[in-house]
Amino acid sequence: MRNGTQGASLRSWDDRVFDGIAVALCALVLVMVAYPLYYVIICSFSDPNAVNMGKVVFWPSGFTLEGYQTIMDYQPIWVGYRNTIFYAIVGTAFNLALTLPCAYALSRPDFKGRNVIMMLFTFTMFFSGGTIPTYLVMKNLKLLDSIWAMILPGAVNVMNLIIARTYFASSVPYEIQEAAMIDGCSNRKLFVSIVLPLSMPMIAVIMLYYLVTHWNVYFRALLYMSSPSKYPLQLYLRNILLLDQMLDMMEGDAEAIEAMTRRLQMRASIKYGIVVVSSMPVLILYPLLQKYFAKGVMVGAVKG
Amino acid sequence: MRNPAVSDGSLRERLRPYARNVDLYLFVVPALVYLFLYCYLPMYGIQIAFKDFRIGMGIWDSPWVGLKHFEKFLGNSTSRQLIWNTLRLSLMTLVFGFPLPIVFALLLNEVRYPRFKKVVQTVSYAPHFISTVVLVSMLSLFLDSNNGIVNKLIGLFGIGPYNFMSSSAWFPNIYVISDIWQNLGWNAVIYISALAGVDIELHEAAKIDGANRLQRICHVDIPSIFPTIAIMLILQTGNLMTVGFEKAYLMQNALNTGTSEIISTYVYKMGLLYNQYSYSTAINLFNSVVNCILLVTVNGIVRRLSDSGLW
Repeated sequence: MRNGTQGASLRSWDDRVFDGIAVALCALVLVMVAYPLYYVIICSFSDPNAVNMGKVVFWPSGFTLEGYQTIMDYQPIWVGYRNTIFYAIVGTAFNLALTLPCAYALSRPDFKGRNVIMMLFTFTMFFSGGTIPTYLVMKNLKLLDSIWAMILPGAVNVMNLIIARTYFASSVPYEIQEAAMIDGCSNRKLFVSIVLPLSMPMIAVIMLYYLVTHWNVYFRALLYMSSPSKYPLQLYLRNILLLDQMLDMMEGDAEAIEAMTRRLQMRASIKYGIVVVSSMPVLILYPLLQKYFAKGVMVGAVKG
Repeated sequence: MRNPAVSDGSLRERLRPYARNVDLYLFVVPALVYLFLYCYLPMYGIQIAFKDFRIGMGIWDSPWVGLKHFEKFLGNSTSRQLIWNTLRLSLMTLVFGFPLPIVFALLLNEVRYPRFKKVVQTVSYAPHFISTVVLVSMLSLFLDSNNGIVNKLIGLFGIGPYNFMSSSAWFPNIYVISDIWQNLGWNAVIYISALAGVDIELHEAAKIDGANRLQRICHVDIPSIFPTIAIMLILQTGNLMTVGFEKAYLMQNALNTGTSEIISTYVYKMGLLYNQYSYSTAINLFNSVVNCILLVTVNGIVRRLSDSGLW
C-alpha cells in the first residue's frame, strides 16, 4: 500500500485526508488570529453608531474617516509618537553598539575569559536586584526622567547577545578570521569589514527585536518618567485608551449636548483608530524582516 | 607569535594570549559597564530587604532588622492569595499555552502548500508585536458590557451581557486566552525551525517500514524536536513565579483584584505608590529565590530523565 515513491500524484487516500485536516486546522488558526486585528481595522473606518449596534462584522459599515480626523488633531498622541520614534532610533543604535562588539568578542575561541563574562550575563537572566533596588540606582545616578532612563535599561538583552554570539561563531568560520589575522588584519578591522557585512540577516533580526521593545515599552516608562512632555507613546495610549482621559478631545463646543453625545459615541471608534495608528509601524516593519527569522537565527539561540 | 605552545613560562609569555587580543577587551567594556550599572549595582541594594530603609540615611546606614519584612509578608493572609494568584496564571499559561505552539508547528509542518504555509506563519506572528497596552485596550473594547462585540454575539443566544473585565472569575481566563492568541505563532517559530532540521532520511526509512503520517509525527518528528521542547519547558517552569507586571496591572481594576493582584503588581504598589521600599524589596527577593530554586530543580529533573538540560 505504501508506494514509497515521492510523486504527489500517487499519494494514498488517507494521506490526502490527513492533508485536508492539516490545512483546515491551519486555516482555523489563521482566522482566529487575524479576525480580531481585521475587526479593529474595519471598526476604525465605520460609523460609531453602527459599531455600537454591533452591525460591523465582516466589512465597514457607514464608511467614515471622522475618527482619524479627530486623532490627527489630538496633540498628545503625536507628542508620544515623536518621543517614541526618538527613543526607538537612539535606543536601538545604542543597543547595537553595545551588543554586537561584545557578542563578537565572546564568539572568539581565542578570547580568554569569555566564559566568565558570559556567565555574568546569563546570571542576570535568572536573578536581578528587583524593582526597588534598580529604581534606587537609577535615582542615585540622577537618570530619572531623562532620556537615559529610556535607553539604558535593557541596553544589552542577554537573549539577543546569545543569538549574535552564536551567529558570529557559526556563520563566519574561525579559520577565515585566523587567516585574515595572519595577514596582519587587526581585530577592529576584521570585525567591521569582514564579520559585520557577513552577518546582516542576524543584525536585521536583532535590530527589529530592539526596535519593537522600544516601541512597546511601558513599565520602565511608568517607573522612571515623570514629565508628560517626555512620555513615550505607550503611556499616552494607556491614559487615553484605558483610563479614558480624553478630556481635551471633548473641549470646544462641548456645551452643546448634541455635539457632546455625538462625541461620546465617537469615543469607541476613535479608540479603534488609535489602536491602528499606534501599532501600524511595527506591523509594517516585521514582515519585511520576517524572512530572516526562522532559519539559523532562532535555532542558534536555543543551542547556544 | 602564532604558537603560544612554545612557552618558557615567564610572565610575559603567559600574558601573551591576553595581550594579543587587547582590543577585544575594549569590545566588551561598554556592555560590561552597562551590566554593572543596571544589573549588578542594584544587587547591592537587595540588602534593604533586611533593613528599615530610610532615604535620608541611604542603603548602607539604614538599620538592620533581620527577617522582619519576610515575616510580615509570609505571616500576612494576603501573601497566600498573591502567591496563589501568580501561580494560577502561570500554571494555566503553562498547561494551555505550552503544548499549543508545538501542535501548531507540527500541523504547519504537514501542510504541503508553501504559499499558504507562509501566509499562516506571517499572520500568526503579527499579534506578538502588538504592545501590552494596545492588547489590553482591544480586550476592553471587545469585552465591553454595552457595546463590545463579544456581548453582542452571546446576546444573540440570549446570554449575558457580562461585565468580563470587572470580574475576578473571568480575569484568569481572559488573561490566558489573550496570551495564547498573542504568542501562539511566535512561540511556534522555534519548533518550526527545529522541525525543518529533522533528517529526511529518517522519514524515508519510516515510510519504507510502513509508518503512516501520524505515526511518523509521533516517532520521528516529536523525538527529533524533544531537546528543544525540554529546554523551553525548563525555561518556562523556571519562571513560574514571574508573571509579567504589565498585563496584569493594565487589566486590573477595583472589582477584579481578587484574582488579578499578583506578586509583581503588589511589589510595584507597595514600593512606588506606598513607599515601603524595604517591604517591597523583601517580597521581590523572596520571589527571585523561589524562581531560582524552581529552575535548578526542574533542570535537574529533566536532565535525569532525558539528558538534555540548560547546564
